Amino acid sequence: MEMPAAASAASTPPSSVPGLSVRARAADGLFRGATLFFAVAVLSILAAILLSLLVGSLPALHKFGFFQFLHSREWNPVTERFGALVPIYGTLVTSAIAMLIGIPVSFGIALFISELCPRWLKRPLSTAIELLAAIPSIIYGMWGLFVLAPLLSEHVQPWVTAHLGNVPGAGRLFQGPPLGIGMGTAGLILAIMVIPFISAVMRDVFETVPAVLKESTYALGTTTWEVVWHIVLPYTKVGVAGGIMLGLGRALGETMAVTFVIGNAHEINGSLFLPGNTISSILANEFTEAVGDTYTSSLIALGLILFMITFVVLAFSKLLLLKLQQREGRTS
Amino acid sequence: MSAERNRRYLQRRITNYVALTLSMVTMAIGLFWLIWILWTLVARGFSGIRPAVFTQMTPPPGSKGGLLNAIVGSLLMTGVGILIAAPVGILAGTYLAEFGKKSWFAATTRFVNDILLSAPSIIIGLFVYEVIVVRTKHFSGWAGAGALAIIAIPVVVRTTEDMLRLVSTSLREAAAALGAPQWKVVVLVTYRAARAGILTGLLLSIARISGETAPLLFTALNNQFWSGNMNAPIANLPVVIFQFAMSPYEDWQHLAWAGSLLITVSVLLLNVFARVVFRQKKAG
Repeated sequence: MEMPAAASAASTPPSSVPGLSVRARAADGLFRGATLFFAVAVLSILAAILLSLLVGSLPALHKFGFFQFLHSREWNPVTERFGALVPIYGTLVTSAIAMLIGIPVSFGIALFISELCPRWLKRPLSTAIELLAAIPSIIYGMWGLFVLAPLLSEHVQPWVTAHLGNVPGAGRLFQGPPLGIGMGTAGLILAIMVIPFISAVMRDVFETVPAVLKESTYALGTTTWEVVWHIVLPYTKVGVAGGIMLGLGRALGETMAVTFVIGNAHEINGSLFLPGNTISSILANEFTEAVGDTYTSSLIALGLILFMITFVVLAFSKLLLLKLQQREGRTS
Repeated sequence: MSAERNRRYLQRRITNYVALTLSMVTMAIGLFWLIWILWTLVARGFSGIRPAVFTQMTPPPGSKGGLLNAIVGSLLMTGVGILIAAPVGILAGTYLAEFGKKSWFAATTRFVNDILLSAPSIIIGLFVYEVIVVRTKHFSGWAGAGALAIIAIPVVVRTTEDMLRLVSTSLREAAAALGAPQWKVVVLVTYRAARAGILTGLLLSIARISGETAPLLFTALNNQFWSGNMNAPIANLPVVIFQFAMSPYEDWQHLAWAGSLLITVSVLLLNVFARVVFRQKKAG
């Protein structure tokens, strides 16, 4: 264990001042050791998760080969042939839809809260949006299945298919039976779920723009929008990107809301109206019912893939936000 | 020349107007979702909140029943989860704020903790399944509580560190100048000063884990009957809601809505309460 030793050497505790009794020093060491122990424990949770997923997925990866597993479309519990392509596709597409809707809406909300709304409204509005993040994901799923899906299938989808279904190229996206559930609905629900996360980060970083910068731009006769577009956004772009990545990380791993509305069909469809599945929804649906080592191990391998994707996205997000913090530290 | 300038000016004004209007529209959309979801819950769930919900067990399809075993199971697992997460999280947060500070080890822990904070909860479920359920060869309430604890720990670490950092250094120095060893400074001075903040973090983490469904699917599973036994599959509100909502039986779906209303109201109340606790302390 070289790590903790290096860490404790990095900062000298003020308790090393002379005059403390031996007992007090021993108690200090004990307390410090206890806090260090749990800090190491937090760190090792991540390592343990990665390790256990690796061990669990080894049988499947050994049998199919990692790359073979990645690009196989097969998912057949009877013949025990499994591949990850379909759920990976579903995960990426639903998250992409969520980002497509979620980013502009979050930007608008952050813009409104930080630049437009009267001071007394700031806190209630921020709280309301944050409460949206507090609602458990299973509630989003039920609401999506019982309220949003019927609405989409009766009113929205027939209209969209009739009007946009024949557009060359893009029309394919809007064809198919108006089921109400499917990739598009899952993406829409995910968008609602990530809006609070993205807009909260955007709002926070917008607030860090020095008032002097904005005021001097206003003094040149610019409009509010020009200040936001040419001053605030370029100044905060690193933080904004970090917020978007954070939202993406959330969307990729979201389980319950998606499981309710995605339709759980193991197929790759070009249309947004047709069902599919994602890594997390396939885990939620099939894991407890999986029989046989290969089946279980393939599901864990899916989990490993999801964990790696979200890890990279979240790490990237964190790095961007750290970069912003460092810059702020320098200027202030 | 001046006509051209006027046209450009008008264009800029219009762009501004359109952009700001769109911003207001997005704000309205955000609020609209919140109100719509809450309204749905009240409209569909409120009629289902009867005394029976709190006194009877989850029924087989077609007969009357309540959610008592699920509510108790959820309370048990959330309680044990937070009892594990609170000491671990608070001590780890204390290390980051008081000892580790800017060392690379503390920076790494902070980084990892923030990733755990947003890691997919279903992965945590898989992990606990691998580590506890596979070993003990059965689903159990302990496994569920363990999964919830792992989800709560990063929240507690993060808020504890943030709150301890808000405590002014002069307070610590004053205590140290009186000859107090560092552990006494932290326990008797810093913790007290940051008490409201740390409590806020605990409340928020309870709110976070009490609605979690995904990590319980493969750990606690579910149990149709009354069970206070943490060493066996145990009923819990989120998984019961999932099972009942996906079922074709109308009375099950009805109970699912009642359960959803219960969970959402308690989670939102916890959130609001946490904010009030924190703000009162800050004001006072």
